[in-house]
Amino acid sequence: MKNTQANPKGIYTISNRLGDQANRAVQASEDRPNSLTSGHRACQGCGEALGARIVVDAALRAAKGQIIVVNATGCLEVFSTPYPETAWQTAWVHSLFGNAPAVATGVAAAMEVKGRGNVRVLAQGGDGSTTDIGFGCLSGMFERNDDVLYVCYDNQAYMNTGVQRSSATPPTARTATTPPVGSEPGNVFGTGKNVPLIAMAHQIPYVATATVADVQDLEAKVFKAMSMRGARYLHVLVPCPLGWGSPPRETINLARLAVQCGLFPLFEAENGTVTRATKIRQPVPVENYLKPQRRFAHLFKGGKPVDDRLARMQEMADANISRFNLLGHEETCK
Amino acid sequence: MKPFATVLEVGTSLNNHTGSWRTERPSYAHRLPPCNNACPAGENIQEWLSLAEQEKYEEAWREIVKNNPFPAIMGRVCYHPCENACNRVTIESPVGINSVERFLGDKAIRDKWAFDRPAAKSGKKVLVIGAGPAGLSAAYHLARLGHKVTVKESLKKAGGMLRYGIPQYRLPRKILDAEIKRIVDYGVELEVNKKVTNLAEVVESKAFDAVFLSVGAHIAKLTEFPTSPRSRVLDAVAVLRDMENREKPKLGKRVVVYGGGNTAMDVARTAKRLGAKEVTIVYRRTREKMPAHSFEIDEALQEGIKIKFLVTIKKYQNKKLTLGKMALDAKGYPQPTGKNETMETDCIVLALGQDSDLALLEKFPGLEIADGALKVDSRMMTSHAGVFAGGDMIPFERTATTGVGHGKKAARSIDAWLRKVEQPATEKHPLATAERLNKWYYAEVSENKRKLIDIAHRTKTFDEVQLGLSEAEALNESRRCLSCGNCFECDNCYGVCPDNAIRKLGAGKGFKIDYDYCKGCGLCAAECPCGCIEMTPEDI
Repeated sequence: MKNTQANPKGIYTISNRLGDQANRAVQASEDRPNSLTSGHRACQGCGEALGARIVVDAALRAAKGQIIVVNATGCLEVFSTPYPETAWQTAWVHSLFGNAPAVATGVAAAMEVKGRGNVRVLAQGGDGSTTDIGFGCLSGMFERNDDVLYVCYDNQAYMNTGVQRSSATPPTARTATTPPVGSEPGNVFGTGKNVPLIAMAHQIPYVATATVADVQDLEAKVFKAMSMRGARYLHVLVPCPLGWGSPPRETINLARLAVQCGLFPLFEAENGTVTRATKIRQPVPVENYLKPQRRFAHLFKGGKPVDDRLARMQEMADANISRFNLLGHEETCK
Repeated sequence: MKPFATVLEVGTSLNNHTGSWRTERPSYAHRLPPCNNACPAGENIQEWLSLAEQEKYEEAWREIVKNNPFPAIMGRVCYHPCENACNRVTIESPVGINSVERFLGDKAIRDKWAFDRPAAKSGKKVLVIGAGPAGLSAAYHLARLGHKVTVKESLKKAGGMLRYGIPQYRLPRKILDAEIKRIVDYGVELEVNKKVTNLAEVVESKAFDAVFLSVGAHIAKLTEFPTSPRSRVLDAVAVLRDMENREKPKLGKRVVVYGGGNTAMDVARTAKRLGAKEVTIVYRRTREKMPAHSFEIDEALQEGIKIKFLVTIKKYQNKKLTLGKMALDAKGYPQPTGKNETMETDCIVLALGQDSDLALLEKFPGLEIADGALKVDSRMMTSHAGVFAGGDMIPFERTATTGVGHGKKAARSIDAWLRKVEQPATEKHPLATAERLNKWYYAEVSENKRKLIDIAHRTKTFDEVQLGLSEAEALNESRRCLSCGNCFECDNCYGVCPDNAIRKLGAGKGFKIDYDYCKGCGLCAAECPCGCIEMTPEDI
């Protein structure tokens, strides 16, 4: 009579008392590593601080604690490690804004030379260091298939220096360098780059996208990446209350809406081919995702869209939905 | 070896107490689930569902009987206001609380579970007059609290309207008998065929330290219309009561029932089962105004019972019934149209409501009686100290579950009164509303419904119409509970805190917030599925 389903209650919470306690999420366990501990100086409701703890905790669990983390400059580095304090509770090294992938390559090579192949290397940075400043080093790390898991925490702008546009900033978003003025207010359409797709083009073993809104999914992707060798890339959407102009308590909801509206598709790819895309469970129009964020406030006036830019954002979402086949039934209920 | 770079001690950020940033403080709260709030018997429904969903069936049953000694009975006859209040309706459909209660009640009978040991003997004696749901509930709760209880019942058997009002096809008598027997086995003295005719005598005899009155409402309300000597006009109370005799009432082939309440449905469906070919309910208003519960009307219609709306009885002579047609006026009230119609029938059964027989109070001055009902205070005590009352005889909603609640409440008041202590004021938590749920986390799961036996079987026998849930169905149904307003340890708050400021205390112990580091972002509260985390402003 025992109900052995993972979710016998038909529930999507991180865990529940009826679930299989042995296979519960790392974030649900009392003895999780807490790789990024309390006292860090991230803003209230920081998606990146949450994302980093989930990812590094899972990687530590997967590698039995044998992890070296290489961190690029960015919010994550600044709020976690202001001299003379650090919030990291694992081996962690910081170098520069642009060279984290190269440093990680070096660490991995050193470990191999020393015969310590069990020590795994995780490199991480924000969208600025990943999609702009460190992009050359990252592409090199990919094409050489160096044994590194690179994680990008994407909050869609340079938040730590005062919200400047990056090549991950979505069209229409207001930043310090894309003010909502002129003929095309906010960030312009037709710019930016999609690093997960670029990573896939390098034919590396594993590429995946995830958000902080689904802890189990994010952890599963870290575990999968850690089960492989070679260059792996994980792109995690981490809402930023400061830069996005949203209440701190909305961080997870916004990440969820980004996925449900189709603007941020969740997928996995192996060796350049998409192997799985997560179906949208509760489809919503992009408006539901954009409206609560002040960076998109200029798209609306009196609650109504001011021009066709909202429709163009919807077109982007619809293109993702069709490209990754995001509607319909999931084969299995997670 | 000298480090080649700046080296920091692990986790030194803990020196930085970021809790000082906080403007709002999260805390775990207990909110009152709407099911518990709606239950006339005051059951802690959420608690017993949570035990049931962990397959702790006996513990779940013990939690029910803290408040209601009749899970198998109420799991059949209760109109489940809990389900009407259930927040799950905002996801797909309410949790089938009543069917899970019945499953637990039936399992308790099958597995012979007995009540917990009563409290130490108080040495006090209490008399309960009337062995209906209110009286038996009071007797049970008083016994549980350590008092010696005697129940005097005027009829042949205990149960009150559960036996003499509710037909067997809704409540099989073996279920009723089993749950009454459990109360008798608990040490309650039951005296049947013992009508108390004069309360004054009982009180003056000082044989009892307190009295609980629960004589119910067994006198049918009647109405006047011209009849001929051979016209048979019966009342529903008598018909349903006589169903408990070996000799069943003879109603004839064509039966008309006058009234629109649950009793009208009960007597009409009984008539059908007794062999009547044509059963017609005659009601002066419309279906929307019928006091009977919708599902009972549906079940009656399924069994081939006809209902005539907007008609009143004018006269009934020589088997010819004349009905006056009504029409709704602008305000929606029925008004006579002056037009008549006629039909043939072998008898008429009146189901127009009931009154209490208060003859036993006549020689007992000083009790406040209004509109044929006895008045009580918030403790269920009448204006005479030590005399309490409940059930259908006091002005309140007349349902079995209400009676059970009255019995419990009166028992606790009697206990406090006998021990000369103040009853502790019960803290009522704020309601756990549906708006507080984060519904994203709940998947749609359809209800495990109880099946009905087929129509042919229903209309020919008094077998129980509604079947129970299997163990698997009951388990799945209990697992549909959302746990509104109370933590069920889903780990969401613990998992989503960006500041690692929530401590997990281990299974069953919940969580604790570390206010040294909590920045008050509110993500825990926003992502709590059941709405058990409150955010309150800090004093700054």
